[in-house]
Amino acid sequence: MAAGKNSATAAADGITMQRTDAAAAAAGKTEAELGQTMLRRGTQSRFWWLVPTIYILFLMLPIYWLINMSFKTNTEILSTFSLWPQNPTLRNYGVIFTDPSWYSGYINSIIYVVMNTVISVSVALPAAYAFSRYRFLGDKHLFFWLLTNRMAPPAVFALPFFQLYSAFGLIDTHIAVALAHCLFNVPLAVWILEGFMSGVPKEIDETAYIDGYSFPRFFVKIFMPLIASGVGVAAFFCFMFSWVELLLARTLTTTAAKPIAATMTRTVSASGLDWGVLAAAGVLTIIPGALVIWFVRNYIAKGFALGRV
Amino acid sequence: MLELRDVSKIVSGETHISNVSLRLEAGSLNVLLGPTLAGKTTLMRLMAGLDQPTSGTVHMDDADVTGVPVRKRSVAMVYQQFINYPAMSVYENIASPLRVAGVDKATLDRKVRQAADLLRLTPYLERLPLELSGGQQQRTALARAMVKDARLVLLDEPLANLDYKLREELRAELPRIFAESGAIFVYATTEPSEALLLGGKTATLSEGRVTQFGTTIEVFRNPADLLTAQTFSDPPLNTIEVRKDKNRFMLDGSDGLPVPVRLAGLADGVYTLGFQPHHLSFKGREADAVSVDARVTVTEITGSESFVHLDYAGNQWVMLEEGVHRLNVDETLRVFIDTRHLLVFDEAGRSVVADRAEAA
Repeated sequence: MAAGKNSATAAADGITMQRTDAAAAAAGKTEAELGQTMLRRGTQSRFWWLVPTIYILFLMLPIYWLINMSFKTNTEILSTFSLWPQNPTLRNYGVIFTDPSWYSGYINSIIYVVMNTVISVSVALPAAYAFSRYRFLGDKHLFFWLLTNRMAPPAVFALPFFQLYSAFGLIDTHIAVALAHCLFNVPLAVWILEGFMSGVPKEIDETAYIDGYSFPRFFVKIFMPLIASGVGVAAFFCFMFSWVELLLARTLTTTAAKPIAATMTRTVSASGLDWGVLAAAGVLTIIPGALVIWFVRNYIAKGFALGRV
Repeated sequence: MLELRDVSKIVSGETHISNVSLRLEAGSLNVLLGPTLAGKTTLMRLMAGLDQPTSGTVHMDDADVTGVPVRKRSVAMVYQQFINYPAMSVYENIASPLRVAGVDKATLDRKVRQAADLLRLTPYLERLPLELSGGQQQRTALARAMVKDARLVLLDEPLANLDYKLREELRAELPRIFAESGAIFVYATTEPSEALLLGGKTATLSEGRVTQFGTTIEVFRNPADLLTAQTFSDPPLNTIEVRKDKNRFMLDGSDGLPVPVRLAGLADGVYTLGFQPHHLSFKGREADAVSVDARVTVTEITGSESFVHLDYAGNQWVMLEEGVHRLNVDETLRVFIDTRHLLVFDEAGRSVVADRAEAA
């Protein structure tokens, strides 16, 4: 393993050295000429599309295969290799939408994810405003400490949460999972919102007070529209974390609030694994994320930079 | 009437405003003049109530308003940066203070349109502020300040970020726009020429202190001290430190200058002489000027005027001459100081000659 890594590094070094040589050879040309040459290579080559296409195919293949499988019968999945369904069927989706043990998983997931998103964003909004507008004792330390919460893997908290929630009788409720996920999502939402809020000049707040706005009215009427994209991005990140997080959700629930991801891992029945239904469930699990990402697609990069662009 | 009584503002050990007392009359135009970091913005924020003074009190028509939050006061403010509500149309931006105040629809519409008309914003009412040019954005902010009919209107370098043409235009309009309202009008600027163009009264600020407050032209002609004279001079005031010995101003490394007749009554001692760049010239009558030989360091030519930077016995001076003069660096030049306008300050920096004889 280590040797492999070393040789890889050596190979990379070799490439760098070749590049340096090439650069030295091209030293006669001006930088602009070099740029022109590279541009020509970029657009005029007949096979410029090849590498991106291969890459996209590589990325899309697992998703395509999942969708492909979800429309096949179990027999077809197990017996033959086919690039597309030979006998397309909607049975797999039918099972999910009619069997309560399947669709209740989706309902449970959506309930606690929405609860978590609403709690996280509404708690993070005032916190982020305070961090962005006021200086107080230890504000910078507290702000950084918030983010360190995300550095621990969720598994670490599974045991304390389980013990704590058992004591309060919260096990197997939606709010239990929603609150547990807040531990990770509130800090993230605070960071994202703080970034967006700091992009709004403080003078706008003051102008509003001068105009006679009270704080709540200013916050809702003037400030919220200015950070709406930030709220969207923060909500998206909370949604995505909560939607894909499996370990805490599974530990804290048994039946009444069981998430879809947990249902999917418990589908071995007497007749073996139901591949088709599992694939259909997978497709349906991807859809909410894809829908949500569509609404914040223009701001997502800013969100990944925690609003600091 | 707005009155500041011994107002100080100290932020984490640093004095931003030190013992300022000012009385601004209703319906008056007041200019706060001072370089950046002199405390103009801090002083305005204290007047508005955005910040609370560390000590001292603020009175509005004899009522103490020191602790009253800004939204309960009758204040309008325009910032140097163009501050509008980006998510609202220009119309809604201007209407905003009226909406909060609960003004009825018809009055609101009439006032907004009137203000927009006066500031030539009528064609842009439905646009968003960020779609407008800088000048239009600032006019939107001004219109919002105007419709409020506040008793105190604070303009913090409102024209500093605008281009030259627009600045000229708006500067001429501003006093007229707010004149009828009877409000106390406070205008902060770093430019002495702007203060002179606006007129009214001027308070010169230097490092958090008001060095002088009076009629603008009076402050300009008869600065009470050296700091005021320096603040109120652009290009910078030319100064030279001399020791008066009978009828000569002595200085090191030179046989000195004759004392003009006007200043013959001064007691012997150390003084700082000050004079404006346009009172230094190539030519002058011996009767009311003294001549010195100075070395040219830089010449800046701006179309029709020349700024000649001179070095005289270690003092850096600027001479403003009409016309284009090309001079060689290190050339020695005979220049004349018009003594009729000479300012004389004692060792503490206080003015000792009251009359600058502008009429003479």
